[in-house]
Amino acid sequence: MSQGQDGAEQRLVTPGMAVGPSTGKRAGSGVIAQNESFIATRLGWLQEMNNTVSVNPINATYMPRSGDLVVGVVAEVRNNLWFLNINGAFQGLLPMSLAPWKVEFGAARMHMDVGDVVLARVQEVDECHNVVLTMKGVGLRKLNQGAVLNVPVQHVERLRGPNNERLQQLRDMSDCRIMVGENGRVWVDGDKNGIAWSRHAIQRVASDGHKTNFDALMAELNTMNKGDA
Amino acid sequence: MGGYGDVQLLRDDGKRLDGRALDELRPVTVEAGVLPAADGSARVTHGLNVAVVAVYGPMEAHPRKIQRQDRAVIDVRYNMAPFSTSDRIRPGFNRRSREISKVTADALESVVLVERFPRSKIRVEIEILAAEAGTRCVGITAAAVALADAGIPMRDLIVGVASGKVEDTVVLDLDKAEDNYGQADLPVGILPNTGEIAFLQMDGDLSPEEFDLAMEYNFKAAGEIHQIMVEALQRRYEGGEA
Repeated sequence: MSQGQDGAEQRLVTPGMAVGPSTGKRAGSGVIAQNESFIATRLGWLQEMNNTVSVNPINATYMPRSGDLVVGVVAEVRNNLWFLNINGAFQGLLPMSLAPWKVEFGAARMHMDVGDVVLARVQEVDECHNVVLTMKGVGLRKLNQGAVLNVPVQHVERLRGPNNERLQQLRDMSDCRIMVGENGRVWVDGDKNGIAWSRHAIQRVASDGHKTNFDALMAELNTMNKGDA
Repeated sequence: MGGYGDVQLLRDDGKRLDGRALDELRPVTVEAGVLPAADGSARVTHGLNVAVVAVYGPMEAHPRKIQRQDRAVIDVRYNMAPFSTSDRIRPGFNRRSREISKVTADALESVVLVERFPRSKIRVEIEILAAEAGTRCVGITAAAVALADAGIPMRDLIVGVASGKVEDTVVLDLDKAEDNYGQADLPVGILPNTGEIAFLQMDGDLSPEEFDLAMEYNFKAAGEIHQIMVEALQRRYEGGEA
């Protein structure tokens, strides 16, 4: 998604800018059709893929979609549900029926309290942005240890790389468990040097991952002593 | 704004007191991303005006009674700093700042794709640090850049610009003396790519011919300011920072 940004064909567009004729092409995200031409609606890099013109935004807020893996922080607890901050405009709702435990009415706080961090999946999003989360699924759980790092939402793809290659590389280099949430939160667990190195590396990937010399940067990161991070 | 007959606002050589031609803008500078804590921000200087705008959101709209089920609301707060003019301004909201906040929000709502964010709120904080006539236009221009910087989808980059009348002559971009002692003021919010008008106010009287000329000046100036806005946004990100 964010790859190849410094290729010659990449163009930075601003809202309202005409980005070419609309005939025979489809409007992707960040683009609207107006009078037979496409108009950019966001600040970002113009891209065309599979006959679809879209803008890869420079800044974005997290818009939840059904099926997204997210790292949430419990913000409110009610008798039978939790509200989770998922780094978006709206909190996500986790009902006790979708929690991995058998929860008695009124005992939700016994399992998770405000401030706890969980790995959850977006079950459903309706047109009014009501988000329902689930913790029923393989690997979805309360995260009791490790650290949560934040990366800009639009750079999550960069962190994973094609076929999760870059993420796997980071896991191998840091010797840590790393889970990337679609909402721009990354959970890292390992020894403290590994976490410190990962914190540094993830920030570098988020800021420089689109550059062509990134492989050299990864090699440089790898040579860095984990204790020095 | 009835005009003051004894105040000379045009020089004998046909230029204005500050040496500008009738259709000449004051110097404009735009900088995007000046506030690290905000989702998007901008600083615009226009003559001696200085405006800083911070944008936050989209976020859940509170209190819930302001939520709209089908679109976002834009919450604009326009404020002049107490030190922004030679006479100290009493801090806090007043009738004028409420009015300008309202008209600015209406103007921005017509360009932001509000239907993409139901039940949300986009907060736009406009702070005027120095004022020298035309602050509502500077606020709108800065808000447009800050919204773009925040990644909010918009149909266009709206530009605020004003023309007016002094000594029975239409002039572009009134300065303080022209605003205080002139005969009319016509601030507009223009969408430069489509030529639409999202906001228009008129203070004083203009004949239809004068109005047409003032709008012609406004459209020409909007194109110039728009170019500066686009360059500011590109300057921020072109270096590969994103």
